Amino acid sequence: MTNSGDVVVATDRLTKRYGKGEGTRLAVDAVSLTVRRGEVYGFLGPNGAGKTTTLRMVLGLIRPTSGTATVLGRPAGGPEVTERVGALIEGPGFYPYLSGRDNLRVMARYRGLSSDAAEIALERVDLAKRGNDKFRSYSLGMKQRLGVASALMGDPELIVLDEPTNGLDPAGMQDMRRLIVSLAESGTTIVLSSHLLAEVQEICDRVGVINGGRLLRESTVTELRGGTLLRVRATPPDKALAVAMRIAGDDGVRRIGPVENGRGPVDDVETLVLSLPPAMAPEVARVLIAEGADIHEIALLERSLEEVFFEMTTPVAATPTVPASVPNL
Amino acid sequence: MNAILNSARAELLRLRKWPAVWVTLVAWLLLASLFGYVFNYVAYKTGGSNFASEELGNAQIFAALLPENLPAVLVQGMPMFGGALMMVLGAIAAGNGYAYGSWKTVYTQGPSRSAVTAGSLLALTLFVLGVLLATLALFATYTGLIAATEANTIVWPAFSEVAKSFGAGFLVLEMWMLAGYFLGTVARGPALSVGLGLVWTLVLEMLLRGVGGLLGPVETFTQVLPGTAAGSLVGAIASGDPSAMDTPGVLNVLSGPTAAVSVGIYLVVLALGTMLLIRRRDVA
Repeated sequence: MTNSGDVVVATDRLTKRYGKGEGTRLAVDAVSLTVRRGEVYGFLGPNGAGKTTTLRMVLGLIRPTSGTATVLGRPAGGPEVTERVGALIEGPGFYPYLSGRDNLRVMARYRGLSSDAAEIALERVDLAKRGNDKFRSYSLGMKQRLGVASALMGDPELIVLDEPTNGLDPAGMQDMRRLIVSLAESGTTIVLSSHLLAEVQEICDRVGVINGGRLLRESTVTELRGGTLLRVRATPPDKALAVAMRIAGDDGVRRIGPVENGRGPVDDVETLVLSLPPAMAPEVARVLIAEGADIHEIALLERSLEEVFFEMTTPVAATPTVPASVPNL
Repeated sequence: MNAILNSARAELLRLRKWPAVWVTLVAWLLLASLFGYVFNYVAYKTGGSNFASEELGNAQIFAALLPENLPAVLVQGMPMFGGALMMVLGAIAAGNGYAYGSWKTVYTQGPSRSAVTAGSLLALTLFVLGVLLATLALFATYTGLIAATEANTIVWPAFSEVAKSFGAGFLVLEMWMLAGYFLGTVARGPALSVGLGLVWTLVLEMLLRGVGGLLGPVETFTQVLPGTAAGSLVGAIASGDPSAMDTPGVLNVLSGPTAAVSVGIYLVVLALGTMLLIRRRDVA
């Protein structure tokens, strides 16, 4: 055992380089990530970031150029590891001429499970009614669900799902999220790759953000989104700004203009974003009133994972989606 | 061992329910029936000549149809289209899995790649045995019926002769199946491997043997080719039957034992080569 029992997946400077000489391409560059037992780990990155390649190495489907991947305390890809792991990687791969049910039966036989396991899995992803239809006749969403069914057969300790909601309609996505949450509640560790930030934000405990083959950040969703901010709208604007800067400091205030709905500004009251914890809201209100300002709104403002993600993955020179702080007095 | 058996059971299930597998079996039984008995029987009844040779007399054609000749007829079609069909089967069984992405799914189920491959080859080997048994049963029925209606007495061949023929047929079909599986694995797809394999068995070896008649070194080279080994093995079994010896692909270049050893070497090399390739390779 190279890891403590709490670590389910650990990679150490995992690297995959394709090609030789000048045509070489670094798909995964020294990724060191850790997945702990019982958590839902979100592996987040744009298309082509290296998510699938990393997961393939974790599953032992491809060999790393350098670095190591350890799963359940053993080198990735050995039979003693694989039999305790369920996976859906880069789209569901099944025999098109077999029915969904028979496809699962085949996989159950590989795992040494009975046909009952296939039946239970089929029920779990709501495919039992279409179980006798050929795999090739399935919609993309149904194929995806069959892939997840195959991954959860035999109650593995770790389930790796590569873009599991790909091709699902909104209802299907919701069902998939519920299924993942229920698996996590039963104690299964789940690694989930996605380019859908809302999805990761909703169901993951921790996330690893990958772009261009490099792991940019690994932390809890809350940490990643950073501290909460206060949104303050008060008039007159110069008085509000002065108060805000006095409490939050010169660098702690951003002016982002009036609040808009879909059709334009709601009113002409300017919005200030203050880098302050929620507990400071009463203090801000007190001082604003003491200075004779009118308060239109004080609210908590949380950054979405999407905003954080784009900040992280967009080159510095590009315009971030969150307006820059330009206090102009 | 458990992992290999699990893999073989899984592979048997998907092969059993794969229409392409049954198409292969039916195609073989149809062709083998036509070339083994139907054409000769019609030739005999109509007084025409044998499809492969016009020099054979009616008595010889009749002798070929009788039960005593069953060991020769059983294997005569195997070097040519029997082997080709088994190669197609091996190639699609290995190659299609890459196109479907099903090998990737299989390799994440638990058994090691070696166990999966061994199980897959075991399942296909059982299929090859099934093909041989079905052919034997069918041919025994044909020749039994012919003898019952056309001959005065029915003389069945010695069990050892049938067993020898069955064994030779198994070696030949298994070798071509493994060759197909190897090609399917190398090409990671069915189309190229089937194409290359068929060109090899049906065209290239025959052309080389033709050239070999003129050039010594080429002749030596053709003697170590798989088609030569398979054809000679069948030739050794069918040597007493001029009709079978005239079948394309049936040769008498190597002696029976040498041919059997040669086929055996191909079996081992192809199986190990496939195994090594699958173990080492990235599954993308």
